[in-house]
Amino acid sequence: MRGIERRDRSRPPLVMHGSHTTGSPYAPHTAEDRTAMLEAVDAETVEELFDIPAAVRFDGQFDIDARTERETRRLVRSVLGQNDDRTELLGRGHYGYYIPSLVDHLADRSEFLTSYTQYQPEISQGFLQALFEYQSLLVELTGLEIANCSIYDAATALGEAATLADRVRNTSGHRVLVPERMREERKSTLENYVAGTDLVVETYPVDDGNVDLAGLEAAVDEDVVMVYAENPTVRGTIEEQLGAIGDLAADVGAFFALGSDPIALSLLERPADVGADVVVGDASVLGLPTSYGMGLGLFATKEDYLRQVPGRLVGVSEDATDRRAFTLTLQTREQHIRRERATSNICTNQAWVALRTAIHAAVLGPSGMVNLAKRAVTRAEALAERVDDIVGVQAPVHDRRHFREFVAHVDQPASAVAEDLERLGFAVHVVGDHEIQLCVAGVPDEELDRFVEALEEVAR
Amino acid sequence: MSDDGSDGRDTTPEQSRYDQARYVENGEYEPLLSEKDLTRITIGSEDDGNGDDGEATDSPLPDDLTRDALELPELSEPELARHYTRLSQMIYGIDSGPYPLGSCTMKYNPKFTEDVAALPSAAVHPDRSEASVQGTLELLYRLQDYLGRIGGMDAVTLQPPAGAAGEFVGIRVAAAYHEHNGEGHRDEVIVPESAHGTNFASAALGGYNVVSLPSDDEGRVDLEALEAALSENTAALMLTNPNTLGLFERDIAEIADMVHDVGGLLYYDGANLNALLGRARPGDMGFDVMHYNVHKTFATPHGGGGPGAGPVGVVEKLAPFLPAPRVRERSEPSQSGEPVYERFDPEHTIGKVHGFDGNWLVLIKTFAYIARLGDDGLADASASAVLNANYLAEQLDYDIPYGPFHHEFVASAGEQDAADVAKRMLDYGVHPPTTKWPEIVPEALMTEPTEVESKDTLDRLAAAFNAVADEDNDTLEAAPERTTARRIDQTSAARNPRLSWQALSDDS
Repeated sequence: MRGIERRDRSRPPLVMHGSHTTGSPYAPHTAEDRTAMLEAVDAETVEELFDIPAAVRFDGQFDIDARTERETRRLVRSVLGQNDDRTELLGRGHYGYYIPSLVDHLADRSEFLTSYTQYQPEISQGFLQALFEYQSLLVELTGLEIANCSIYDAATALGEAATLADRVRNTSGHRVLVPERMREERKSTLENYVAGTDLVVETYPVDDGNVDLAGLEAAVDEDVVMVYAENPTVRGTIEEQLGAIGDLAADVGAFFALGSDPIALSLLERPADVGADVVVGDASVLGLPTSYGMGLGLFATKEDYLRQVPGRLVGVSEDATDRRAFTLTLQTREQHIRRERATSNICTNQAWVALRTAIHAAVLGPSGMVNLAKRAVTRAEALAERVDDIVGVQAPVHDRRHFREFVAHVDQPASAVAEDLERLGFAVHVVGDHEIQLCVAGVPDEELDRFVEALEEVAR
Repeated sequence: MSDDGSDGRDTTPEQSRYDQARYVENGEYEPLLSEKDLTRITIGSEDDGNGDDGEATDSPLPDDLTRDALELPELSEPELARHYTRLSQMIYGIDSGPYPLGSCTMKYNPKFTEDVAALPSAAVHPDRSEASVQGTLELLYRLQDYLGRIGGMDAVTLQPPAGAAGEFVGIRVAAAYHEHNGEGHRDEVIVPESAHGTNFASAALGGYNVVSLPSDDEGRVDLEALEAALSENTAALMLTNPNTLGLFERDIAEIADMVHDVGGLLYYDGANLNALLGRARPGDMGFDVMHYNVHKTFATPHGGGGPGAGPVGVVEKLAPFLPAPRVRERSEPSQSGEPVYERFDPEHTIGKVHGFDGNWLVLIKTFAYIARLGDDGLADASASAVLNANYLAEQLDYDIPYGPFHHEFVASAGEQDAADVAKRMLDYGVHPPTTKWPEIVPEALMTEPTEVESKDTLDRLAAAFNAVADEDNDTLEAAPERTTARRIDQTSAARNPRLSWQALSDDS
C-alpha cells in the first residue's frame, strides 16, 4: 500500500483501527475488505482508480506528520497555551458572555452537530423546528415579520442588507450611508459586498457618539438607497433619535438598516417601532463564548421583501398525515436553484450557532434576557462612575446613556495605559490617543474591582 | 466467513430498518416552545394595556429609549433539556448512519476536535494585542501553511467563513488583480453548466456576467466551447475538478493554458478536493486561486447547515490582493529565540470579507484534523473515498452513465423520480444521495459515500438503493413512512409562508 512505503521510519508506528497501522484512522477498512472491494471493481490497486494524467500528478509530500489523538490534543494545547490569560474588558462587536452548560451539552448532541442542511425535512424535523424557533425569537425581538436562519456575521449581514436594498429600492440612487464611527472591518466588508453593484458607501457625521441628526439630514437625498445606524453604537452609547433616523430614510424612499443584537434588543427600542426595514447584527452574543470574532449574522426584515430575502428560511407545512411539519421553504430564491439570479451566494451558513443562540435565549427566558440587558446598562454606567473617580481618568467621554461599554479619557497616552494594564492581566481597547474603551459583558464583579485597582495604579 | 466471502450478516433491507423517534402531543409532533409557555415582561412604567397577565420590570432607562415589552417562553432547565433532546432525536446525522450526499462530503467528525476547540486558551477576543495571542496566531499561521502545501498554493487566507464566501473572495481578488493591471474591462466569468450553484451566484455578486459552458459528450469541459467562450473579456474560469460527475478534467493542463493565454485566471472550487489528497494539487494543475471546504475535506461538522470555513489559496502574483489581515512569522525571533507571529495587511488587499477573522472555532478543528492525519492519513482518506465510491457503484442496479469517477458518481433513477427514490430510501434507514442534480444526468442520484463507511455499511447502503429500484411508483410516492414526519407538502409551505410562531397565531 502506498501509505506504507511513504512512512517516516523515524516515528514509531501509530496504533490505528483494525488491521492497518497507517492511513486515516477514520476509514474503517480492513486489509481483507480492501482486497475484496478491489476485486469487486476489477482493480489491482487503488491507484488504478485515479484517472489523473501523469503531467499533473503530485508525487511529493506535504511533510505533515501524522499523530495519535493524544499527541494531537497535546500539540493544539501547547500551541494555544501561548495565549496569555487576560481578563478581557473587550467588546466593540464581539462579546464574551457566560454560556450556560445546557447550551454546550444540548448543542453538542451529535444529531445536531453532525447533520447536514435539511434537504430531507422528513428526517430533520428537530433541527428545522429549532431554527423555526430561532426565527421566531428574532421576530419577537425586532418586531419585523421575517427572520432568516443565519448569515455568517454582523458584517456580512450588513453587506446582504445593502444588496437587498439595491434589489427592492424605490429610488434610482446609489448611495449607502453609514456612520463615520463604526468598526472599519464592518465597513470594509460592506464595501466588498457592494463592489459588484453600482452602490457606493459614504459616511455621515456622528455627534458625541450618536448620530448627528442634522448632519445626516444634510447627507440624505433622493440618491440614498440605504441608511445604516447602530444601537448601541460602536462606542457603547444608546441611540436617542432612532425614530427620526427612520423618518429621514423613509422620506426619500431609502431603506433604514439597524445594527443591534439580541441582548440589546431585549431592552432597547423595538426596531419595528422606529421604522427599521431590516435589522442586522451579531446574534451570537447569546450562544457563543469569546471566539476570536466568530459570530452569527442576524438578519430580519419586513414581509414585503420576503421574496428577496437572502439565506435559508424555515416554514411550516403539513405532512401526509396532516400534522404540522417544518421545511426549508421559498428555496427558489437560493443559489442552488436560481444560480446567478439568486438573492445571495450563501449556502453553508451558521445554523449550529443559531441553535446555540436559541437554546441560550430559551434558558434565560424573557425575564433573564431583559435582566441581562438591564445589567449591561447599570454595570457599564457603574464602572464608568468608578473609573471617573480615578485621578487621570474621565468617563464616560460621551454624555449619553451606555450599554455594555463606554469610552474613557486617560491623561496618559492610551497605548501606554493599555500596555501597563496588560502587564497587570487586563486587556482593553485603545480607540484614540487618549481614549480607552471598556466593556463589562461577561466580566464578573470581582474582576471589575481588581480592574479599577489596576487602572488606579497605571493611570496617574 | 462463509464461502461467498460475506460475513454471514443479513444485509437485506427488510432485516435492517430504522424507525425514527416520533413524539406526538395533542395530535401534533413535539410542541413549539411557544406552545409550552409564553410570558410577557413589561418594561418600565408604561401600561401596555394588556391586562395583568404579564410581569413588570423596572428599567434603568427612560421609557423613550426602551421597548414596551418582551414576550417569549419562560421554561425551566429540565423542560428545555427534554425539548432539545427530543428535537435532536428527530434528526438524522452522520453518527446515525451513512450520509452519501454528493458534493457534500459528509464524513465522520472526530470527537476530539470538539475538545480542542473548547480549550479555554482558545477563547480570546479578536482585538487582543498580537503579543498576548501568539498561540492563536501560530495556529493560524501553521494552518495557512498546511493548506498551502495541500493545495500547492503560495499564500492562504483563512478569513472566508464558508465555501461560497471563499468563492466570492476569489472573484474579488481576481477583479482587484485585473484592475491593478489596467484590465478592469474584463467583465465575464465562465462557469461550466454542471458547476455548483454558488459559482454562478458568487460571480454575479462580484458584478460579473456569467458565461455558462456546456459539457462535452463525456461529461467534461468541451474545449471547443471553451475556446469560443474565452476572450479578452474573460476574468476567470471557475472549475471543479474532479467535476460534479466525479470525473477528472483530463485536459486540465490545456484548459489552464487556454485561460492564461487570454489573460484570464483559473479558479478551483474545492468542494471535491477529497478525491485528490496527496495525488494531485490544484496549484500543480495550473489553478491560480482556490477555496478549501474544510467542513467537507477536513471533517469539521456541518452543524445542520454551518458553520464551515472556506479558506482561499492563491499563487504568488495574487497574494498581494488577499483579504486583510494574514499572519506571518516575523523575521526576528524573540529574545529567547522563539518565533514571533504577527498580523499584516497584503499590499493591495481587497480589505475584509468578514467582520473579524472568520470562523475561528472551525479553523481549530481543521488544524487538528490535518495534524492528526498527516501525509499518510490524508492520502489514505482520498484512496478510501475513491475505493468506496467505486465499490458502491459496482453494487447498484441503477445506471451510471459517466466515468471513470473518483470520490462520487451520479447514477440515474431512469423511469423513477429521483426525489421519490430519495424519500423511499429514508425508510431503509439511510440518508439518500443528492437528487436531480447535476441535470446532465436524467433523474440524477449524486452519491458520495466518503472514506468513513465500511464495506459492510456500503453493502447495506447498496441494498437500500436496489430495494428502492425494484419498487413501484405508488410505493415511492407514499414514502417515507418510518421517519418522524411523513411526506411534507412543499407547495403549501411556499404558497402560504408561515415563518414564525407569531405567524401561526395570526393564522388561527
